[in-house]
Amino acid sequence: MTGSINLRNVFSGRGKFLIGGLLIIAAVVYLIVSSTQANAQYFLTVEEMASKATDGRDVRVSGAVVGDSILYDPQALTLSFTVADVPGDNKVIEAQGGLAAVLHAAVSDPSRPRMKVVYSGPKPDLLRDEAQAIMTGHMGTDGVFYADELLLKCPTKYEEAVPSQVTK
Amino acid sequence: MIANFGYGSLIVTFLVSLYGIGAAIYGARRDAASWVNSARNAMLLTFPLVTLSALSIVYLLVNGHYEVAYVAQVTSNSMPLYLKVTALWGGQAGSLVFWCWLMSAFASAVALRKWDRDREFLPWVIVVCSITLAFFLGLVIFIENPFVRLWQSFSGEPIARMFQPAGTLPYVPSDGNGLNPLLRHPGMVLHPPMLYLGFVSFVIPYAFAIAALITGRSDDRWIRITRRWTLVAWLFLSMGLVLGMRWAYDVLGWGGYWAWDPVEIAALMPWLTGTAFLHSVMIQEKRGLLKQWNMVLIIFTYDLVIFGTFLTRSGVLSSVHAFAQSAIGPVFFAFIGLTLITSLAFLMRRWNELAGEGHMTSLLSREALFLDNNLLFMGILVVCFWGVIFPLISELVTGQKVTVGPPFYKRATGPLFAGLLFLMAISPLSAWRHSNTKTIQRVIWKPFIVSLVLVVVLLVAGVSQPFSLLGFWLVALVILVTLYEFWRGAVARHRAQGESLPVALWRLASRNRRRYGGYIVHLGMVVMAVGIIGIEIFQTQTQATLQQGESLSLGAYTMRYDNLAIFDTPDGRNVARAVVTISKNGKIVGDLHPRRDYYYESQQPMTIPGVRSTWEDDFYVVLVDWQPVTTQSATFKVYHNPLINWLWMGSLIFILGTLVAAWPERENELATEKVKSTTFIPASV
Repeated sequence: MTGSINLRNVFSGRGKFLIGGLLIIAAVVYLIVSSTQANAQYFLTVEEMASKATDGRDVRVSGAVVGDSILYDPQALTLSFTVADVPGDNKVIEAQGGLAAVLHAAVSDPSRPRMKVVYSGPKPDLLRDEAQAIMTGHMGTDGVFYADELLLKCPTKYEEAVPSQVTK
Repeated sequence: MIANFGYGSLIVTFLVSLYGIGAAIYGARRDAASWVNSARNAMLLTFPLVTLSALSIVYLLVNGHYEVAYVAQVTSNSMPLYLKVTALWGGQAGSLVFWCWLMSAFASAVALRKWDRDREFLPWVIVVCSITLAFFLGLVIFIENPFVRLWQSFSGEPIARMFQPAGTLPYVPSDGNGLNPLLRHPGMVLHPPMLYLGFVSFVIPYAFAIAALITGRSDDRWIRITRRWTLVAWLFLSMGLVLGMRWAYDVLGWGGYWAWDPVEIAALMPWLTGTAFLHSVMIQEKRGLLKQWNMVLIIFTYDLVIFGTFLTRSGVLSSVHAFAQSAIGPVFFAFIGLTLITSLAFLMRRWNELAGEGHMTSLLSREALFLDNNLLFMGILVVCFWGVIFPLISELVTGQKVTVGPPFYKRATGPLFAGLLFLMAISPLSAWRHSNTKTIQRVIWKPFIVSLVLVVVLLVAGVSQPFSLLGFWLVALVILVTLYEFWRGAVARHRAQGESLPVALWRLASRNRRRYGGYIVHLGMVVMAVGIIGIEIFQTQTQATLQQGESLSLGAYTMRYDNLAIFDTPDGRNVARAVVTISKNGKIVGDLHPRRDYYYESQQPMTIPGVRSTWEDDFYVVLVDWQPVTTQSATFKVYHNPLINWLWMGSLIFILGTLVAAWPERENELATEKVKSTTFIPASV
C-alpha cells in the first residue's frame, strides 16, 4: 500500500524530473563507457611494441621516421619505412631537449629498437627523415606493423624560435 | 624602433588595465562614482593603446623587419600583402596580441553603453574585463613577446631577446621562414579571427554574470543586457567552427571536414556550453528557474574559452594545429583554476538568493524540454572532455597511455545529437508550464505523417542504412514542424488581422524575432545535419594510378587523366597541376585540376584537391603522385562525398537566423520611448 503511494508521489512531483534526468545521465554514461571500451587503443612506443604481445589488436605507435628506409610504390600505393624508438612521455622528451632533438637522436642511433611499417595509401606530404610518425594499426605475425592510419609531425617545420638561416 | 614602441605600448596598456582594476574596486567599495568613471576611462584607453601595438606588428610584418623574430618566423619576401597583414594571427605571440586587441575593443564598446539603470554593474564588469585583458597582456609581455629581436653573438650563436644582450650584434635575416603553407588559405585568413571574436565576446556575458553575483542582483537583468552579446558570440564562434571545417575540407586533402582533433574539440566545447546557455536563459526569463544553472553555464563557457585559446596556442596536445611547446601552459592553468574557483565561490555565496521562483510541473513543458536539451549538450561536452583527457587518466591509473579516436566520438555523440534533433522537432510545439503528449500530438501528427512518407520514399529509392534513415527522418520532422509553425502563425495572423499571407508571415517573424530567428537557426542546423549524415555515412573512396587517357570510376562518376603540367610560380612554389575530365553517367560534366604545390622556402608540399561540387554530391580528387618529367602516369585518390554542400548551405541559414534573432527590435523600443515620455512605466516592463 505505502509502496504504491510513494510511487505515485515519485511520478507526480519533482520525482519524475529526477528520474528523467537520471535516465539521460545514465544514457550518457553508458555511451561513454561502451564507446571507450570499443575504441580505446593502447598508445605504445616502438620499444614497448617489441616487448609486448599485442595479439594483433589495434594499437597506436609513435616513432621517428628513418629517412633512408622510405620505399614507395606508386603503382600499388604501398609505402614502407622504418621507425626508431622515441620516448612516449612528453616530460622525457622535454628533458632531452625537445621533440626535434629526440627525433634526431633516435634516427642517428642504430642501437635503438626499430620497427618496419607498411601502409597502403598515398604517401603523406610530411613523411620524411626525422618526422614523428603516429601510426594506428596492428602488428603482423611477420613482425611488420601494418598501419591503417598514419599521422605525421615535423617539429622543425612548424614554429621555430629562430629561422633556419640563423642556425646555419 | 617600431618594435620598442609597440612593446612599450603593451606595457602601458598593462599598467592602465591594472589601474582600472584597482580604481574600479575602490570606487565600488567606497561608492565613489569618480573612481568608477576613472576606471571606465582607463578601460576606454586600452583600445587605442593595444591598437597601436597591433599596428606596430602589422607594420613590421608588412615591411619585412626580419630582425624581429616573430616577423622572420611567420612571413617571407614572397608572401602577398594580405597574408603578411593576417600573419598577425599566424603565430602564437601575434595571435595573443590580436586576442588582446579584440578584448579591449569589446570592453570599450561595453564601457560606452548607457549605464543609467545598471550603474552598480559597471565597476565589476570593468574589473572582469580588465583582469582578462591584463592576463593576456601579461602573457604577451612576459612570456610570448612578438617584438623579440634576433641577435648574433661573436661565436655565431643566434639569440632571440627583446634588448641587445652584451657581446652581440643585431642580426637581420634577409628573408623569413614564411607562414606555414597550410595556413595560406582564405579560410585560414578568416577562421582564427572569427573564432577569437566568438571567444572574446563570451567574456562580456560572463563579466555581467559575475557583476550580478557580486552586487547580489538576483533578477535576470544581466541576461537581458547581454542577450545580444551572447547571440553575437555564438554566431562568431559557430562561423569560426564552420570556416575551420571548410578550410580542412579545401586544404588538408583527406576528404573530410572534422577529425575530432583535440584542438577542434577545444573550440567546440565552449560552443556546446554557450548553446546550452542560449537556451536555458530563456527559462530564467520566462519562468524564473535555473538561475544557478545559468551561472554555472556562463562560468564554464568563460573558462572553456580560455582553455580553448590555450589549447590552440600551446601545443599541449598532439594535433595538426599544434604550435610548438611553450612556457605558457602552467600560467594558463593557474589562471583557469583561479577564475573558476573564484567564480564558483561567488556563486556559492549567492546560491540561496538564486533559488528558482517555482517548480517545473510538466515533463513535456517547454522548460522541461529545454532542460533536456541542456542535459544533452552537457552530455556531449562530457564525451568531448573525456576523450581529450582519457589518455592522461589512463596513464595515471594504469601507467599505460590509451587513446580514443574519431570512432569513439562518433559513437558516443551520435545518439546525443540525434536526441537534440528530436527535441528540436517537438519543443516548438510545447507550451510553457503545462504541456502533455495530447497537446503535442494534436499539432505534430500532420508533420509526422509527411516525414514518415519521406522515409518510405527514401526506402523505395534504395536508402537502407538504418542510422541514415533515422537521421533523415529526424531532419525531415524538424524541418516540417518548423515550417508548420511558421505556417500556423501566419494563418492565425491572416485570419485575425486580415493581412495577406506573405505580409502575415513577415510581420509574424519580425514581431517575434527571437522566436522565429531561433527557428531559422534550427533549420540551418538540420540542413547542416543533412550534409553531415551524407558524408559520414555515404562517403566512398578509391585510388588508382592512371596512364594518360586512362579512367577510373566511382559510383556514377568516371574520371579520365588527361595531362599534368609542372611549373614554378613567382611566389616561390613549384606546382604540379593535373587535368582530369569528369563524366557522370557517361556525360562529360567538366574538368578538375587537383594539384600539389611545393613551397621552396619551407620545403613543404601542399595538396590542393580538385572538387566538383553540387547539391547532390561532391567529387573530390586528390593528386597523390606522378611520374616525373614524362608525366605519363599519375596516382589519384578520389572521394565521393554525398550531400556535403548542405553543410555549408546550412551555415548560411543559421547566420541569417542569428541575425534575425539578434536584430534590435526598433519598433518596440520606439513605442516604449513614446509611452515613457507621457506616463511612468515600472522598470520590469
